[in-house]
Amino acid sequence: MSALSPKPRSTLDASIAAGAVGLLSADLAVASNGKAVRPFKINVPEDALADLRRRIIATRWPDKETVTDQSQGAPLAGVQELIRYWGSAYDWRKTEATLNALPNYLTTIDGVDVHFIHVRSREKNALPLIVTHGWPGSVIEQLKIIGPLTDPVAHGGDAADAFDIVIPSLPGYGFSGKPTDTGWDVDRIARAWAELMKRLGYTRYVAQGGDWGTPISSSMARQSAAGLIGIHINLPATVPLEVAAALAGGPAPVVLTEKERAVFEGLITAGQSGVLAYYAMMTARPQTVGYGATDSPAGLAAWILVHPGFAQWTYGDEAENSPTRDDVLDNITLYWLTNTATSAARLYWENAAAGSIIVAAAQKTAEISLPVAITVFPEDVYRPPETWARRAYRNLCYFSEADKGGHFAAWEEPQLFSAELRAAFRALR
Amino acid sequence: MFEKPSTPTRRGVLAASAGAGAAALFSARPAIASEEGGEGNAVRPFSFHAPEEELAELRRRISATQWPERETVTNESQGLQLATMQKLARYWATDYNWRVVEAKLNALPNFITEIDGLDIHFVHVRSKHANALPLIVTHGWPGSIIEQLKIIDPLTNPTAHGASASDAFDVVIPSMPGYGFSGKPTSIGWGPERMGRAWAKLMKRLGYTRYVAQGGDWGAFVVDQMGLQAPAGLLAIHTNMPATVPADIDKALQSAAPAPASLLPDEQRAYQQLVRTFKQVDYARFMAARPQTLYAIADSPVGLAAWLLDHNDADGQPAATVATALNRISSATGEQTRDEILDNITLYWLTNTGVSASRLYWEYKGGFFNAKGVSIPVAVSVFPGEQYQAPRSWTERAYPNLIHYAHLQKGGHFAAWEEPQLLVSELRTAFRRLRTS
Repeated sequence: MSALSPKPRSTLDASIAAGAVGLLSADLAVASNGKAVRPFKINVPEDALADLRRRIIATRWPDKETVTDQSQGAPLAGVQELIRYWGSAYDWRKTEATLNALPNYLTTIDGVDVHFIHVRSREKNALPLIVTHGWPGSVIEQLKIIGPLTDPVAHGGDAADAFDIVIPSLPGYGFSGKPTDTGWDVDRIARAWAELMKRLGYTRYVAQGGDWGTPISSSMARQSAAGLIGIHINLPATVPLEVAAALAGGPAPVVLTEKERAVFEGLITAGQSGVLAYYAMMTARPQTVGYGATDSPAGLAAWILVHPGFAQWTYGDEAENSPTRDDVLDNITLYWLTNTATSAARLYWENAAAGSIIVAAAQKTAEISLPVAITVFPEDVYRPPETWARRAYRNLCYFSEADKGGHFAAWEEPQLFSAELRAAFRALR
Repeated sequence: MFEKPSTPTRRGVLAASAGAGAAALFSARPAIASEEGGEGNAVRPFSFHAPEEELAELRRRISATQWPERETVTNESQGLQLATMQKLARYWATDYNWRVVEAKLNALPNFITEIDGLDIHFVHVRSKHANALPLIVTHGWPGSIIEQLKIIDPLTNPTAHGASASDAFDVVIPSMPGYGFSGKPTSIGWGPERMGRAWAKLMKRLGYTRYVAQGGDWGAFVVDQMGLQAPAGLLAIHTNMPATVPADIDKALQSAAPAPASLLPDEQRAYQQLVRTFKQVDYARFMAARPQTLYAIADSPVGLAAWLLDHNDADGQPAATVATALNRISSATGEQTRDEILDNITLYWLTNTGVSASRLYWEYKGGFFNAKGVSIPVAVSVFPGEQYQAPRSWTERAYPNLIHYAHLQKGGHFAAWEEPQLLVSELRTAFRRLRTS
């Protein structure tokens, strides 16, 4: 059967290439109105996994990079080793079982099916928390914080620090539906999240996010979503206007503290290193990027690994280290099986007009009056100084610099990340 | 089974095979020494025959394409549209016939010679006319020698095309390093500067002591560099993508400043065109930053095709002329056709050069349209679909020894490919007074 014929797809009938079996199965809807919250299970057909392995094995490789570092992109030998493991020993079913052991749901909001994991704590007075992933992530990023947050007692914490946790897949990502029209920018997603929390019956809750999760959580705060009492973010938009202007080629800012100057110079160096080219490319041409990443597993993996957040990762070369090679492949496999490389990239295109996600003015941080908590992880794409954070967020209720962890903090340092959330939100309970 | 990473060899390109095919992709006849002698200077005849299984594998991959969903807009603002790509892919996998262009290529004299440690492929057609002017023509990205096929006969055999024998050229058309049948560099340094020096060596090796050079796109960078290097024998260059922007104007452009008020009307227009261009070159910036990340274009024919098609010209992204050509089945006047576009993409696929070609952007650290300071004689043709319409004022300042300057009525970024007759006419006129006879 030719895969050339276009086939409209929703999440529920998404199938891999020409596979006839539905990728996902949804149990019966629990209510009949448009606000139904339907339990959801993942069951990837075996032939979709076989097709993936077949494509991996048939990968046609480019020649080796002409340098001995990562300056031209993920080096061939490393990608080949990862892909070889992906096509042989990697087992998606383990992650599928992990996901299915959690309560998964779908609900239609603003015309798009939103997938989410929803785990209620057994502790009384647990604080509801909605956690938003970014690109190139998914709910896979957050799996390791669910236990510590919902069941703190079992993880050396205090019952008083318990959270009910809601972890949605962004529209166009993972098991959520793919928008078929434009307009799904961070503000619209923020409104959808507010509706989701309302639909779940939460009237007092907090929101958390890194990467795209930061502007989405921040937009919820800017909109003063009903019931939202505060947010925690780990990629805050703190860069002041004069520094942003200097980064764009204007004169260097005159008055900077030593710490601020180090951050400023780090951003200049990062910009010159081409580290943000993927960002510009997806903002400009998500569909063009999508063709190759949708058709080639190795192409998809390399495109995802271009994110600077992975620069420090060893992909499980040391088996005991987190995150492992399986962690990164769980996430890449999720993108593959749901065919979301293009729809995920489109989030950048949707937000082209807003400007940089780390510039305070671009993200309109001055419009946030709700309490904002920030944790800075040392290996993230930049390390905002507290001085900038205080200028950007007038109601900064918590600022902490973790001693380890990077861009994917929940994924990389789940214990530390959970401890930060407990500390950040304690005063708001 | 995994394809092993290829071991670089002196004749890397000859051993390169696409996919896991067992048969060698290329065949080269026994090497013959050039007139200069010396093993390193050998010029070896070359012909190309894609193994049938490679073509079958390509068709199989196209038919098995896993597609993304449709774009969420009704225009090209998110990239190549799904319907466009699916229509092209359907034709590519079924009725398109690589053997047609392969026969055309093999009907030409093809050669390989090693220069500066790398195998350089080139087409070399000598005119039957005495006193033909030797001309080296350089293609660009996402092009190849396929761009130039239609200008070969009019240039070398003008009397068969209504022109005078005194306008004849000998034509040399190399594949850039990392492109087409040339070798892929295994170490850094192969930017336009080094290519310029290699081309001078090539012309010398072919025995040419008085010649001219032409280029557009990356070829324009190469001829500018040759102009700066002014190797012995190079009389003049012709460019259809002139680099003329004055330093102060270029600085304003790079900082996204408004056009300086002092500009003349055609300078204002050029400025606005360049502002637009710099908003449409994220593909170039990506390749300049992370070419190796493009694993997908080595593995996915449709991914490769979309990547190669999504460059801009003055009238659109994808380039308006290319978008038009995708619907042109044939052309009596030599305009670009759908088959020619697939010939070029298929050449990239069969030689697995998507990534090696991208690396040229990584290699180049200089400015794009800024005046480079070329002082040898320069001829300029300004095509209306080019990135910007170089004003005469800027062109005269950028190239003080300007021997020809003309505005054409039609044609875009790929002048030789799109409007071969116009470009040929320009080259005849531009270089006429440099001839000795």
